[in-house]
Amino acid sequence: MTQSSTGRPRRLDDAFLTAGSSSFTEFLTAYRPELLPAGRRLPSGATIEAPHGTTIVSLLFEGGVVMAGDRRATMGNVIANRDMEKVFAADDYSVVGIAGTAGIAIELVRLYQVELEHYEKIEGAIMSLEGKANRLASMIRGNLALAMQGLTVVPTYAGFDLDSATGRIYSYDVTGGCYVESGHHSTGSGSVFARGALKKLWRPGLEEQQAVSVAVEALYDAADDDSATGGPDLGRQIWPTVAVVDHSGARFVGQDVLQGHVERVVAARRDNPGGAR
Amino acid sequence: MSMPFYVPPEQVMKDRADFARKGIARGRSVVVVGYDRGIAFVAENPSRALHKVSEIYDRIAFAAVGRYNEFESLRVAGIRYADLRGYSYDRTDVTARALANTYAQTLGAVFTQESKPFEIEIVVAEVGADSDSDQIFRLTYDGSVADEQGFVAMGGASEVAEERLGTGWRPGMTLSEVLRLAVDVLGAGGNGERRDLDEAQLEVAVLDRDRPRRSFRRIGGPLLTRLLGEPREPRETTDVPAAALGSESPVAQADSAEDASPGASGPPTPPA
Repeated sequence: MTQSSTGRPRRLDDAFLTAGSSSFTEFLTAYRPELLPAGRRLPSGATIEAPHGTTIVSLLFEGGVVMAGDRRATMGNVIANRDMEKVFAADDYSVVGIAGTAGIAIELVRLYQVELEHYEKIEGAIMSLEGKANRLASMIRGNLALAMQGLTVVPTYAGFDLDSATGRIYSYDVTGGCYVESGHHSTGSGSVFARGALKKLWRPGLEEQQAVSVAVEALYDAADDDSATGGPDLGRQIWPTVAVVDHSGARFVGQDVLQGHVERVVAARRDNPGGAR
Repeated sequence: MSMPFYVPPEQVMKDRADFARKGIARGRSVVVVGYDRGIAFVAENPSRALHKVSEIYDRIAFAAVGRYNEFESLRVAGIRYADLRGYSYDRTDVTARALANTYAQTLGAVFTQESKPFEIEIVVAEVGADSDSDQIFRLTYDGSVADEQGFVAMGGASEVAEERLGTGWRPGMTLSEVLRLAVDVLGAGGNGERRDLDEAQLEVAVLDRDRPRRSFRRIGGPLLTRLLGEPREPRETTDVPAAALGSESPVAQADSAEDASPGASGPPTPPA
């Protein structure tokens, strides 16, 4: 509801009552464009320093998909945040992980979560996984102007496809390109090292717990060589965020289970820093 | 040019109200009723795709009777309103009271300004932490709002239905008990006749207090059959386990959306 210029409450604006669109982003674009993450203007040519989130890994296992992210956010050479969450449940059957400018990425994820729920409520049906991946792509595309000024957001999207009963991973580039990944994927500053680890550790038909362990180990390798990726912090008890999506939905792996995985990986690396096997 | 006759405003308002009331009375009824662990919505609605009951937000749901196209546009507007508010403030800042006020302004404006009032009645309900903090708002075609306690019946023969609910309902009933009461009320016609409604003619949903975050769930299929079939005497275990409700996907019944042609979306046909 809006207030008219005289302060008298008025009926719902026509934007609310217009039929046709099930998209919350389209509604915002028409009604309150300043609330969109891409709605802000920056002076051209200027760059600002803001916290950046780093490494996300995701991999398929038999019957689902695992996504994990480290907890560090950096601003230049400073650790801006030690326990930031970068993997979020997008809806009941999918998760999204973000690398890039943290503020914009988190706002984008918030909008994306509302977008999916909004569609589900209006249509009375869950959007197809492909449709959800494409919605995210169009939101990244809308962020291109900010990305040109250094405020990039590069997400990874993973979900369980209810039609084919398999997990799927979608990767993105800054221009909104959306690609289906087979097997595994990593994004962010430590992604090069995580990918190397995933190549050696991942194989088709992993069990869920094995996949969680592989994700934790890939992040360990990323943190080993990339200063912007946070390793497991045994002193502060900070573990990576790990989400599992399978036929029963998306859920986050509990702290005690994660601690077990982390301690095993760390113990295995004692006197064997490269993890040779 | 012919001069329009003067019509006193009292007459205009009365004509409009009569028109809206007639339209609403033609439709089938919806019953909204509180139970020990939430709020239940029961509508007589043979369609599996064109809903009279809908989720608005985490703890808020919507039910309507009357013209489908009119309440559907308000339903969508309510979802947009709630999502916009939740996105720009916080999820806990979306309340049924604010939504009911907004609806009331809109219905009131349409009633006085448009050429035809909305032929609809709406309930906006919010489930609270306990049954005392549940809120049920009933909105009528002219924008008046009533804060109802415990139960509401809308649509054709709603006075009779309210009366029956008033005698049959008491606080703290189980879901199974209120569903059977609601079906009994919906099946009773205004002129003493009785109809037996089966599950296929019912649209049932609940706002379940015990669910975290999104509390709205549709109930259908075997679970509904079981709830309606339970014996009338309450037993220790007549409560629906949360797990049984949880097994119902929020959109489990929306799969048969193929027959959702707009042509079928007029007001429900009057009972003979």
